Order: sequence, then structure tokens, then C-alpha cells
Amino acid sequence: MQDDKAPITRQKFIEELLRYRKGSVTRRHFLGVTGLGTAMAVMGGAMPLLSPRRAFAQDIGGEVVLATWPNYHDPANFDAFAAETGAAVQVNVFGSNEEMLAKLQAGGSGWDVFVPTNYTITTYVDADLIEPLDLSKLPNYDAAAFEARFADAGTVGGKLYAVPKNWGTTGMAWDSSKAKAPFTSWKEFFDVTMTDFSGRTMVHDYQLTTIGNALKYFGYSFNSIDAKELADAEKLLIDVKPHLFAITSDYQPAMRNGDAWLTMCWTGEGKQLNRDIPEIQFAVGKEGGEIWSDYYAIPKNAPHRDAAYALINYLIDPQVNAKEALAHGFPVADSRVNALLPPELLADPILHPAAELLNALEFGAAVTLTDPNRAELMARFKSA
Amino acid sequence: MAISRHKARLLLLGPAGLWYAALLVLPLAVVLVYSFGERAAAGGYAPAFTLAQYANLGSRWAAFKNTLVLAPAGTLAALLIAYPLAYFLAVRVNPKWRTALLVLVIVPFWTSILIRSYAWIYLLGGRGIPTLLADLGLGDWRLINTPFAVLVGIVYGYLPLMVFPVYVSLEKLDKRLLEAAADLGAPPWRSFLQVTLPLSLPGVATGSMLVFILLMGEYLIPQMLGGGKVFFVGNALVDLFLQSRNWAFGSAMSVTLVATMLVVVTLYMRFLKRIGAARDDIGVM
Repeated sequence: MQDDKAPITRQKFIEELLRYRKGSVTRRHFLGVTGLGTAMAVMGGAMPLLSPRRAFAQDIGGEVVLATWPNYHDPANFDAFAAETGAAVQVNVFGSNEEMLAKLQAGGSGWDVFVPTNYTITTYVDADLIEPLDLSKLPNYDAAAFEARFADAGTVGGKLYAVPKNWGTTGMAWDSSKAKAPFTSWKEFFDVTMTDFSGRTMVHDYQLTTIGNALKYFGYSFNSIDAKELADAEKLLIDVKPHLFAITSDYQPAMRNGDAWLTMCWTGEGKQLNRDIPEIQFAVGKEGGEIWSDYYAIPKNAPHRDAAYALINYLIDPQVNAKEALAHGFPVADSRVNALLPPELLADPILHPAAELLNALEFGAAVTLTDPNRAELMARFKSA
Repeated sequence: MAISRHKARLLLLGPAGLWYAALLVLPLAVVLVYSFGERAAAGGYAPAFTLAQYANLGSRWAAFKNTLVLAPAGTLAALLIAYPLAYFLAVRVNPKWRTALLVLVIVPFWTSILIRSYAWIYLLGGRGIPTLLADLGLGDWRLINTPFAVLVGIVYGYLPLMVFPVYVSLEKLDKRLLEAAADLGAPPWRSFLQVTLPLSLPGVATGSMLVFILLMGEYLIPQMLGGGKVFFVGNALVDLFLQSRNWAFGSAMSVTLVATMLVVVTLYMRFLKRIGAARDDIGVM
């Protein structure tokens, strides 16, 4: 249950800090930028509670670096992987595909595995930033277990570059105890933000969804790069900005402690919030919006390539993947995993919206990732 | 064997010179060159010679405005809080407690600023200070993700950097000057204004400069306590490099930030010199 009044306890703060260490809180590229990551690591080492498991170097090495999204794994699986192989999983969290691309374009990311979304993979292949996967090192991958629409973006030019992780939708989550009526559309999302929910709404720090859903307000395509349509979306976003609580892709803390009442939200995170706080509900917009599929991929020049394959293979093991799904609440496209999950999860309306809602959704288009106008629009909106 | 003067100079300046050349001058030159370029098709940098990036700076005016308002405001607020504290530590406190109290000023530095800022998210968030204020009947306050929250964060984060220089200049103060002022009939407020304050100005200048320069480049605290809404130039820069991948525009903005900083700091130095000269004229020193 939610309690607006209770201050954070010491216990809770440490838990938050631990979530943070596990990489589920706030965009963390500033760690790299400011050198604070090192400070954190030193501090973590000094606190017994926070110190990572000592890894024993085996043939795959003592470390594997994973770049992924917030609240997207079961940390217990990483611990089990480290215990089994000796490779400790170091997690870097990102709030947008643009951020991931920027890191890889700049070079020297140090990542072994990362989690790109469907529409970005062709760009990575064109820019020669990822390598084709060697299926002999991924015995747990079974192409036949996947629905094509959630798996086909992993294949570019006949070569397999990425294997599916999860799919989902981008909808909205709100605190129903504060709302006059359930949210059903992006029109309501922005209109209520500018009235009843002023100062209580969050949008993603992510051009695809924030611009895309603003486009849906007008009934345009989620993927539009039309100058006039983008101008409409920009005007809406600039008008909405003074009414926003925050622009962030890490929206769970503010929803959980009651600072914010409404947010753009990815499926599984909607599930996580609803599971812990039943007042928080989730829906996709009836005008449409995003349906997506995330993949595991290996960057060119990954420093620990063997460990990268070992980690992907471990995480797509149906047994392990089922544990992941139970923890993070995102739908899985792998039918072998779904066979292991409780039926109520497969019937859950948050994870699996009704067909007429799903049909209105669009997969992100590759052009949105590199379109300079969308990138510049988002940057202008943020510094407005 | 004697080393020639010339060689000695090279030996003394060599390491620092190389360091600055490799890690400051060279990167700055790259940034300058990039600032005249263009964004590559998929993001990044493409060579060109255009002033388009500089022409577009107006679209980031809000970030410059936030920085140019909040950095001086933060410096001033830090000074107003740090000065009495430093005065107390340097002049008033029993010397046997002094070291312990000075250590207390440093203690927060033992924890990463990141974690301390993270704690402020909860203090300023709905269940923190606003709840307290509401319970006291003081109304509905929203503090987190506002310019005020950012101001609190930067003053909190940079206070020790202001306390120490001021403390050092006050601690060196010759007490006999105050006695002389008193003997000549000056009331305490007057000896403070005419003796203590002018003599502590070098510390005030150093502390302000230190804090101000760091605040101009601040990124972390607006990011954490501003909710992505209170943008500093630093935040806009990170956005340009790490999200929209417009290196050319980001470089132009960096160059502009450095230039702005140089202008402001030069003006400030001049102002200090003038105060110093005025001080010498009335013969306080």
C-alpha cells in the first residue's frame, strides 16, 4: 500500500541504494562522465553490505559488462551466473537507445552485451558496431520458439545479429486514487497533465516515446518525421513542459513515493508498480503508440566475448528466462518460457492488452533513431 | 654537476606543460575545430566549415540563463552561509575544539556527492520536508525538481569549498589590529567592516571563484534534483553528445561556455582588483 506521509526509513534508503547499485535507478551515464562511478565502486568495496561477490577467474574471465534498461533483470540470476562461471556481471543502465548508440559511436564502451530495441539494429549493422552472432555458442537459442514479429528484427541481410529478450508496449501508468477516471488515450494523458495533474506527470527522457506519444495526441504516426507533424508535437511538448514533474526514463521511484501520479511507462514496469501498489494502473493509448521487442547483441570488439556468449546463453535458458520474467514482469516471446510461466501472467491485461489495442500499436521505425529533426526536437524540448 | 638555468626551467615546467598540452590544449583545439563542423547523418561529427552551430545557440538560451542565474546565486548563498561559519571557526571557537570542528566540515566529502544528492531527492520529495511543512500547517509545497531544489543541492555540495578559503584568511588575521581598532574607539561592527572584512577578502575571492567556476560546469546536481527540467549548460552538453549525438553543436556550445566563463571571471578579477586598490587607498592594509 502507498503511504504518502511516511518518510523514507533507513532500511528503505539502503534498499534504494542497493537498487541503485544493481543499476535500476536513474540514468547513470554521468557516472562515467564525472568519474563518480569509480568513487562509487571504491565506496561499495568499503561497505561489506555492498561488496560484490569475489570472482574466480576461469576460462571466460572474471567479468562481463552488460548495458541494459532500468528494472529489466532479476539480480539473483546474475549472482547465480557469477557463482557458476566466475564472471561477475557489471550492469550499466540506459534510458534510451540514443544513449546506447552514442556510447557505441564514441567507441571504447567496454560493453560485452547490450540490449538494443528492434528498430535500432539495422543502424548498428550499417555503422559496423555489432557483430553477427555465432549460434554454436548459443545452444539455448531456438529460432522456432519465437513469433516472427518479435524476432525478425534480429536478422539483417540474412545474418543473425541479435536474439530476442522481451517484448512489450509503451503505455501510461497512473495513480487511480488521484485520477477522476481511468486513462485510455494519449489525448487524456497530455490534457489531464495540463489541468488536474499539473506538476505530477513524467515523460520519458527518450525521443522515440516522448515525441511519438505527443504525435499520437494528434493522431499522427508514432514514427512520423514529417516537419509539420513534428512541429505540432513540439508545440504540445513545450506547452506541457511547465506542468511536468520530471523528464526521466527512471520513473518508478517518484511513482512509488507519491511525488508523481502519471507517467509514460513500459509494460513490465507498469506490472512491477501495479504488483506492489495496486492503486497504480497501466494502459496503452487507444490511438496507438509503441509495441517493441528488445534483443541481446554483442558489440564489435567486446572485451570479454566468451563471457558475453556465456551470459546471453545463460539468460535465454528457458528456466532462467522464466525467473527473469517473474521478476521484471515483461512479456517473453519465447514459447518455451511461456510454457513455464503461471497462466494468470499470460492472461494479465497489463502484459497482454486486448487485441484491438495491440493492433493500433506500431513498432519503432529505424529512421527515427537517426533523424536529426527528432533528435534536435527532443534536445530543444529538454533545454526549453 | 650544475644544471643550467634553462635546463632547470625545462625540468620544472616540463611535466605540467606536457600535461596541459596533451590533456587541455589539444582537446580544446579539437573541440574548436569540431564546433565549425556538422552533425553526421547518423549522428556524430562530419567535417565542414560553417557557423551554423553558433547561429543555433539561441535555441539553448534557457540552459545558459539557468546557469548564469543559478551559478552566481549558488555562489552568493554559499558565501552568506560559509562566512559566519568560517568566522566562528577562526575567531570565536575554543582552539581545543577547532580541529574537530574543521574535520566535521570535511566529513560529508567522505561520501560521494552522488549519494548525498540522492538523499536530497528524498528530503525534498513529497514525503520529506513538504510533509513536515504540511503538518505544521504551512501549505502544500513542491520542492523537488525545481530551481530551488537545485540551489539547495549546489549550496550543500559546495559549501566546504567556500568555508576553507574564508577560514584560512580569517585565521591569519592579526588580532592586534582589532585591539587597535577598539582602542581607537571603533565599535565592534565598525572594526568588523573596516578591518576583518577587508582582510578576509582574498579568502572570499578565492572561495567564490572556486565555487563559481565549478557551478558553471555543473551537471550532476541539476540532473538529480532538477528532474531533467532545470537544465544547466552542462546538461544540455551531455544531451547533445549522449542523446542527440550532435557533436558539432555540442562543441560550439562548449566553446561558448568556456568563453562565457573567461569573460565572467575576467570581469570578477577586475572588480576585485578595484576593491583591492580602493582598500589600499584608504590605507586599511
